[in-house]
Amino acid sequence: MIYDFLNDLTGSPFIAGTITALLPLFAFILPFALFAVLLERKVAGHMQDRLGPMRVGYHGILQTVADIIKLIQKEDIIARNNDKLLFNIAPVLTFAGSYAAFAAIPFSSVFLGANIDLGIFYIIAVTGLVVAGILMAGWASNNKYSLLGAMRSAAQIISYEIPTILVVLSIVMLTGTMSLYDLSESQTSYFWNWYLLGGPEFEIQKFLLIPFMLIGFLIIYISTLAEVNRTPFDIPEAESELVSGYHTEYSGMKFAMFFLAEYANMFAVSAIVVALFLGGYQSPFGYLGNLLNINWLIPLEQFFWFTFKGIFFVFVQMWLRWTLPRLRVDQLMAASWKYLIPIAFFNLLIIGIISIL
Amino acid sequence: MSVRTEEMVLNMGPQHPSTHGVLRLELTLDGEIITKVVPHIGYLHRCFEKHCEVMSYPQVIPYTDRMDYLAAMGNELGYVIGVEKLLRIQVPERVEYIRVIMAELQRIASHLVAIGTYGADIGAFTPFLYCFRDRERILNLFEITCGARLLYNYIWVGGLSHDLHPDFVRLTKEFIKEFKPNLRELNNLLTYNKIFIDRTANVGILPLETAINFGVTGPMLRASGLKWDLRKDDTYSVYNKFDFDIPIGEGKMGTVGDSWDRYYVRVLEMEESLKIIEQAIETLPDGDVTSAIPKKIKPPVGHVYSRVENPRGELGYFIISDGSTSPFRVKVRAPSFVNLQIMDELCRGHLVADVIAILGSVDIVLGEVDR
Amino acid sequence: MRAYFNNIFTALITIFVGMKVTLRHLFTPSVTIQYPDVKLPLPERERNRLYVNMDDCIGCDQCARACPVNCIEIETVKSLPGEDLGKTSNGKKKALWVTKFTIDFAKCCYCQLCVFPCPTECIYMTDVYEFSEYDRNNLIYDFATLTPQERQEKIENFRKFSEEKEKQKAKTDKSE
Ligand code: SF4
Ligand code: SF4
Repeated sequence: MIYDFLNDLTGSPFIAGTITALLPLFAFILPFALFAVLLERKVAGHMQDRLGPMRVGYHGILQTVADIIKLIQKEDIIARNNDKLLFNIAPVLTFAGSYAAFAAIPFSSVFLGANIDLGIFYIIAVTGLVVAGILMAGWASNNKYSLLGAMRSAAQIISYEIPTILVVLSIVMLTGTMSLYDLSESQTSYFWNWYLLGGPEFEIQKFLLIPFMLIGFLIIYISTLAEVNRTPFDIPEAESELVSGYHTEYSGMKFAMFFLAEYANMFAVSAIVVALFLGGYQSPFGYLGNLLNINWLIPLEQFFWFTFKGIFFVFVQMWLRWTLPRLRVDQLMAASWKYLIPIAFFNLLIIGIISIL
Repeated sequence: MSVRTEEMVLNMGPQHPSTHGVLRLELTLDGEIITKVVPHIGYLHRCFEKHCEVMSYPQVIPYTDRMDYLAAMGNELGYVIGVEKLLRIQVPERVEYIRVIMAELQRIASHLVAIGTYGADIGAFTPFLYCFRDRERILNLFEITCGARLLYNYIWVGGLSHDLHPDFVRLTKEFIKEFKPNLRELNNLLTYNKIFIDRTANVGILPLETAINFGVTGPMLRASGLKWDLRKDDTYSVYNKFDFDIPIGEGKMGTVGDSWDRYYVRVLEMEESLKIIEQAIETLPDGDVTSAIPKKIKPPVGHVYSRVENPRGELGYFIISDGSTSPFRVKVRAPSFVNLQIMDELCRGHLVADVIAILGSVDIVLGEVDR
Repeated sequence: MRAYFNNIFTALITIFVGMKVTLRHLFTPSVTIQYPDVKLPLPERERNRLYVNMDDCIGCDQCARACPVNCIEIETVKSLPGEDLGKTSNGKKKALWVTKFTIDFAKCCYCQLCVFPCPTECIYMTDVYEFSEYDRNNLIYDFATLTPQERQEKIENFRKFSEEKEKQKAKTDKSE
């Protein structure tokens, strides 16, 4: 692991810890956010028969950098009636929530911030912080639209956590581990070992499990989509109704924080889905490193596969966003309580029954 | 035990992404449920009617363009028909045909905007741009004909400012051919989307009785189930020569007169307009489009009410002439203005998100509401 | 129960249909252009900034009267009997010095009403559309070709001339 390596190298647990903690931010989240924002705009553009950003750099690849520079330069506006303390904390908290999740995400077998036994549990718990941040932002803005957006968001995230957890539970039940590292390791290197296709055990259960795993996968994808407030579940920031919901009043870097948190979150939830159902960092077709007998290649390949899968699901999120209209508040709740939760629950039961067969 | 709840007043607009211009809606909310909607208008008032009193008759035409700026051809047509009635002049056949073609193209363009922005209101941004892509082609057709894309000053008293461009017929045919599959694609993407249906069906139901009492016209009235279209029922220009249907709301996805019906009537109307344009282009007579334009427009003393079916409903002009070169009074019955009244009736008891859905389905143009 | 599963089914199906449409568009070429680099050809009837060919203008004021927003301002002085102002290209004789001919493009609505009444067809619309300015006053275009001194001179000349005429008239009146 990286931490042990750095600990040996520097001899100081503090320095090693700091570097390990900051690594995902600088090595991954920031570049990813830069890339994802551009991807989003390009995908949106081309889906709508436009070109998207074209001016900055070749085909606009530096557009997000330019945007960030612009955001940094912007005046930080705090309205007179805002609750200043909460107003300033909220973006940090929101970002911290989604950033903390990256600690437990297994990018590859060696690059894993903290290999905690309760990895998946930790991620679900810590992303709950985002709700607090959003609620704070909405309340502190002292703006009716922001408040409505924040309330909606809180209600939404809380009700969609239930189906997510139910599906996670079915996987945990099947495998008996909550550690994302173990989960990924168990879905060894070929795609028929993924839990989406029934898991690594090659028995009759595997084939019985496949349809229910597919359902579970769909449910968790939909509900994580709702947790990160993406269309069709973007009602907390529905720009045609609530201007832009809880971050209406924010500008400059604080707005950028929310933005960064949103994109970091998009990847985090995709990563969970990937780790649970699609073999985590495992390559679907075996490793080039094994073939060529180059050991250090394997972690790189794993990193590549993990980000590739993650970004693919981020792409699907964007694809959905530019295709679908958004739901209404009550329909959103109905979708969770009337459809996703019962189905996830039955799914859990059936998977349980199959696994004891 | 009852809980004391407080009502919250929420100002939607005049700067709001989906009030379609500078409209301010004062919403009284109980939680997220609407208890009252008061539209405040007048942010875009430009004294159209007063202006007319000092303009000569032809000079009014550019001003009519600026009322319903998404359907400028229709506005011109209504005004020009009124003045022609005052003058008692007959315009050549070709002029009438071209006017019908232009008005119908304009109807498609206007409905495309209505549909596209409606999609954007509901949260689907992509159909919006597809609609604008197609509208662009119609605007290009207008541009080659008269040089302007939005505010044409094309239909004149007694004629037209320019004859059709030599390429116009060919390009229009091309457009129709390519537009039909696009319309089908739009239906797949938006109209029949389950989420879209859930958002719009059974939302803002307008019963026929109420619609008539409020004087609602146009696609809104038809969506409530009445076959009332001035093109057929009080025919003007040469509409009686063409064969087309009047689509009405059938409650296919919910109740008759809900937002989805209002939306869908517009989609169907575009198809009917295509039919009219095809027929008109096939039978386009020859002639001179400027021959009947009077040198001096000085109608005799009198008054006239002319009305046309604009994309948003019945557009009426009441023109009083005192025998001089400028009208004594021009009163406009603007369909958007009349249709907007219904907001309170439709929104009560719905959620904030539904206000957007309803306002979008009413399809107002603030330029016309405020004039 | 049937409606329940039907709902799920139609929701998924319509979502997939929609996604198919957008995916197809991901690979169709875009319809937009890179505006300042690429420009669409404008049709020949394009209605943009007006241009006045002063060589042909006879100063008849018809365009100004046709304009619905009064953005054309024309001032003219009569020429003196001996002066020759030349002819317009379609053979009309010019008789007025145009000392002022301004069009305020901030007011102009590009309706083209001024173009049709012109007897010499010297005011027309061009296809120039990129002429935005930081100062509104810069949008007032002066088309008159005379220099300020010349304008002053013409006005002076005419004043003198008419004064003389007055005097002469007075004289003849007296002598009668
Ligand atoms: S185009 Fe219209 S507004 Fe402009 S100067 Fe000519 S008449 Fe006036
Ligand atoms: S109408 Fe023509 S000739 Fe007369 S003043 Fe205007 S530009 Fe000159």
